[in-house]
Amino acid sequence: MTTGKTGEPHDRVDGRAKVTGQARYAGEFTAPDLVHGFVVGSAIARGKIVRIDAAEALALPGVLQVYTHENTPRLAWRDRSWRDMVAPGGSPLRPLHDAEIRFSGQPVALVIAESFELAREAAGLVKVDYEAAPHETRLAEVESEAHEPARGKKGYTPPPKPRGRADEALAAAPVRVEATYEHPPLHHNPMEPHATTVIVEADGSLTIHDKTQGVSNSRDYVCKVFGLASDQVRVVTPFVGGGFGSGLRPQYQLFLAVLAARELRRSVRVVLSRQQMFTIGYRPWTRQRVALGAERDGRLCALIHEAVGNTSRFEDYCENVVPWSGVLYECPNTRLEYGVAALDLYTPIDARAPGAVTGLWALESAIDELADALDIDPLALRLKNYAEEDQDHRRPFSSKALRDCYREGAARFGWHRRTLAARSMREGALQIGWGMATGIWEAQQAPSQAKALLTVDGRLHVASASGEIGPGTYTIMSQIAAEQLGLPLAAVRFELGDTALPPAMIQGGSATASSVGSAVLAVCRALQHTLLKLAQALPDSPFGGRTLADVEFVDRGLRLRSGVAPAVPLAAIMRHAGLGSIAEQATAIPDLARQSRYTSNAHSAVFVEVAVDEALGTVTVRRVVSAVAGGRILNPKTARSQILGGVVWGIGMALEEHSMLDHGLGRFVNHNLGEYHVPVHADVPAIDVVFVEERDDVVNPLGVKGLGEIGIVGVAAAIANAVFHATGRRIRELPITLDKLL
Amino acid sequence: MNRFGYTRASDVGEAVHAAANGDAAQFIAGGTNLVDLMKERIAAPSRLIDITRLPLRAVKSLPDGGLEIGALVSNSEVASHPEVVSRYPLLSQAILAGASPQLRNMASTGGNLLQRTRCYYFYDAALPCNKRAPGSGCPARDGVNRIHAILGASEHCIAVHPSDMCVALAALAATVHVTGPAGARAIEFAEFHRLPGDAPERDTTLQPGELVTAVALPREGFAAHSTYLKVRDRHSYAFALVSVAVGLRMVDGTIGEARLALGGVAHKPWRDPTAEALLRGQKPDDALFAAVGEHLVRDARGCGHNDFKIALVRRAVVRALQQAVAGGPRA
Ligand SMILES: Cc1cc2nc3c(=O)[nH]c(=O)nc-3n(C[C@H](O)[C@H](O)[C@H](O)COP(=O)(O)OP(=O)(O)OC[C@H]3O[C@@H](n4cnc5c(N)ncnc54)[C@H](O)[C@@H]3O)c2cc1C
Repeated sequence: MTTGKTGEPHDRVDGRAKVTGQARYAGEFTAPDLVHGFVVGSAIARGKIVRIDAAEALALPGVLQVYTHENTPRLAWRDRSWRDMVAPGGSPLRPLHDAEIRFSGQPVALVIAESFELAREAAGLVKVDYEAAPHETRLAEVESEAHEPARGKKGYTPPPKPRGRADEALAAAPVRVEATYEHPPLHHNPMEPHATTVIVEADGSLTIHDKTQGVSNSRDYVCKVFGLASDQVRVVTPFVGGGFGSGLRPQYQLFLAVLAARELRRSVRVVLSRQQMFTIGYRPWTRQRVALGAERDGRLCALIHEAVGNTSRFEDYCENVVPWSGVLYECPNTRLEYGVAALDLYTPIDARAPGAVTGLWALESAIDELADALDIDPLALRLKNYAEEDQDHRRPFSSKALRDCYREGAARFGWHRRTLAARSMREGALQIGWGMATGIWEAQQAPSQAKALLTVDGRLHVASASGEIGPGTYTIMSQIAAEQLGLPLAAVRFELGDTALPPAMIQGGSATASSVGSAVLAVCRALQHTLLKLAQALPDSPFGGRTLADVEFVDRGLRLRSGVAPAVPLAAIMRHAGLGSIAEQATAIPDLARQSRYTSNAHSAVFVEVAVDEALGTVTVRRVVSAVAGGRILNPKTARSQILGGVVWGIGMALEEHSMLDHGLGRFVNHNLGEYHVPVHADVPAIDVVFVEERDDVVNPLGVKGLGEIGIVGVAAAIANAVFHATGRRIRELPITLDKLL
Repeated sequence: MNRFGYTRASDVGEAVHAAANGDAAQFIAGGTNLVDLMKERIAAPSRLIDITRLPLRAVKSLPDGGLEIGALVSNSEVASHPEVVSRYPLLSQAILAGASPQLRNMASTGGNLLQRTRCYYFYDAALPCNKRAPGSGCPARDGVNRIHAILGASEHCIAVHPSDMCVALAALAATVHVTGPAGARAIEFAEFHRLPGDAPERDTTLQPGELVTAVALPREGFAAHSTYLKVRDRHSYAFALVSVAVGLRMVDGTIGEARLALGGVAHKPWRDPTAEALLRGQKPDDALFAAVGEHLVRDARGCGHNDFKIALVRRAVVRALQQAVAGGPRA
């Protein structure tokens, strides 16, 4: 029997369902009347549709309809109705709304047919004539027009005001480094393509299986756009095959599937192809300038960090790229700036550790450049400038075990054996390089609810409309509940991903464990209260006058902490009260008054060894140690998986990933997984993950900081720094492909 | 559902006959390339002729000491066949450097020869491409051309042939046996694939309806001194940016015979006999190897993103020759 304790490494409770194909994803739900949609995307980046001819497609037997801007009913007309919960400021895309083309791949038609294959074939027969207008997809061309992003995006905080006089301090600094760093647009490429299945129920209401990180976001969007009441739309998404942020906003297949289902009064499924996965959001192309000034002993005296990321012409996607630079190191003079510049591309979207991945790639490269200029060990330089408090907000950290991450990570890696100079470590024909970087991510909590039903047979059902994009949400929520009520893990069933359940935060920002976990904790506490009260009514109850602090729930029962008496079975307590079940519902709301007095971040220290074959330019990552301080670790096994995944993606970002734009066409062209390279097994070495535990009672009642993003932050810089140490060549434009090292 | 007819052929004659009768009929073997092309609407055969039941699965020793590999022998089987491993390790290495085990299990010898380019533009049916839609133009030339040709390209097409196996077969001077409506014939490997010229839609010199039945290897396999060096963007499961197949026959410390072919640089595996001649009769040394590398790229031209391939060829050739002299990649 597996006890459900937190802090212990449990297998995923949904693992078996996943590997046996029992877990159902959005594009796998079906209905007897199901028909299939295939999207036709624009071939040009900007202009107008002058003619659409769908006659040939419609002539194929089995093709039911082709929707274009010419026959799509007018829907909600205010931007507000099209703006989802996490939309940035601006006017969201309205698919098939008008003849205007705003980006290459924009949906221009939806073909509905009796089978997917038929819809796909018919899609190829839809003829579209365009009148092209000049487009711009080069960041350098618009960088000077960067502007402050329009307000509206949740979670975005404009950079803090400058502290001191950074430019003067830089000019006067005895040692200075200054450089520009860049990475290309990067698509998330989850395994599961975006997909929506809309099932039209007998009463006309819609059950929607959408690939989303937030079922209520999809539901609200559909209701607002189509003018439906919330009880007419239910969104059910029990599994997501990788989100990484790409499922935070409703994607166009959701709109299209609902449109067709409503028009045809039939169940409809729309699945994007892999090529089409390159027509939705991505991590924005970003150029950053970092200038650091230091005293000869390494103390920072000036820090300037300016970043420009791309957005679309119709929305201002924005992310927190530069604020980390004001928090991570102690420096009296800082100036942080951020702007967005519009290109004729679709709007970017959050991608794992949005902003932090970007900002830390530049900052942590620059710190390494400074260490080199100073002839100081890069880790020693970081320790020298270690920030003990948040200077921008003048408040303490709720906890910050970054120093321990540095120490533990360095020890595991053997960092002290590193020789300082670049090109000083060789192994035969290979140049060896050791590099490191810091990672940081914000610990957050958002309001969430959960309900629970404990039945007399000893089973506990807990539910919340959270998502499960793969981090192990089912598992840790089950653990929290099992632990609170002293039940074996197998006795708990956690249900999520359904708008019929109590609302939860959208799954993003590494805040699910913290937010939904706190709600699960709260609802279990409510059950505990009820059970204790009932137990006090037992004849000769040992619990009279006792509070929850005096008792514990163990072995499916309740007992006094102090006593030696065996636990009273929960079933006996319930039976005595004549109850077959107990139901509770609870809301966990962050204690903002307390939380706002602190800055709460997760941290990491990443150490990397690379081997570079200088003749051929090839880089091999040979070792990675990632030491993470992320508050309490609920499940070391799923926690480690999160960090592994983050590190692997970091390797991809550093060395391989690149959504390549053909600027003449304004289109991403390597839009398949054969040519958009992500790391394969041969690229991924042994990864040593170390958790430095922290006790933090500020962040949330569970003391967790969230681990979904921290694993990737800093990895690209650590690798670039290792490549520099190996070769003496500083690559400031990702990915570090072999041509850059020849 | 791209509608197409389907014929399962039971002998070579029937397959060839069926191909001759459908104007857009195509053979299908492992399907690892053709099915993808059909899904992306790049290939639209009116009829598929399933050749997987044909008796072309044998690996046979030939009277002249060579080895014949049937067109349906899978890439995995060829790579692990004891005769290939011991006598033609170059071929085995090249195959194992490509694709993935699952793909190699499905992929056939004939299909590998006829796999199509991985040019981004060829793969995107919404875009112009002279190879896919003759006369529509070549956006790669001024577009994203990191993976494209530096040798033998034309104004109409700068695509490269993606096969690893074929680079080894070029170096080994294999012969391709085919049977068509006009009977059987043998094609020297160097003549099998073609340069794009003004007809980039044609990858090979096969005539309509011709079926590849076997690939024959000559006796000399350069087993003691050969190597396949593949340089790519990740450590596995990526097509070559540049690859080099080398086979040397060493005679008393001198290069008696040399074969060298390049992959990832041209519309066909690139074999340059004048470069091989530079090596023949010489003592191996790095300056000589560098001169060979230089000679190979004497007419190379980049289009921007792929300029690096010119330098990369020079270096990869030196490395591959060093490895071959030393006996192979692991030595
Ligand atoms: C993701 C991926 C990665 C890959 N990576 C690599 C790599 O790194 N290196 C590499 O070399 N290859 C790679 N490949 C390509 C792979 O080697 C080819 O797809 C495979 O060899 C094709 O063989 P097949 O039998 O499946 O051909 P099919 O798909 O069946 O056919 C391909 C073509 O050959 C024709 N054909 C097949 N047999 C005959 C015959 N006997 N006579 C005449 N015509 C015939 C068909 O009509 C068709 O035009 C990769 C493929 C994929 C999908």
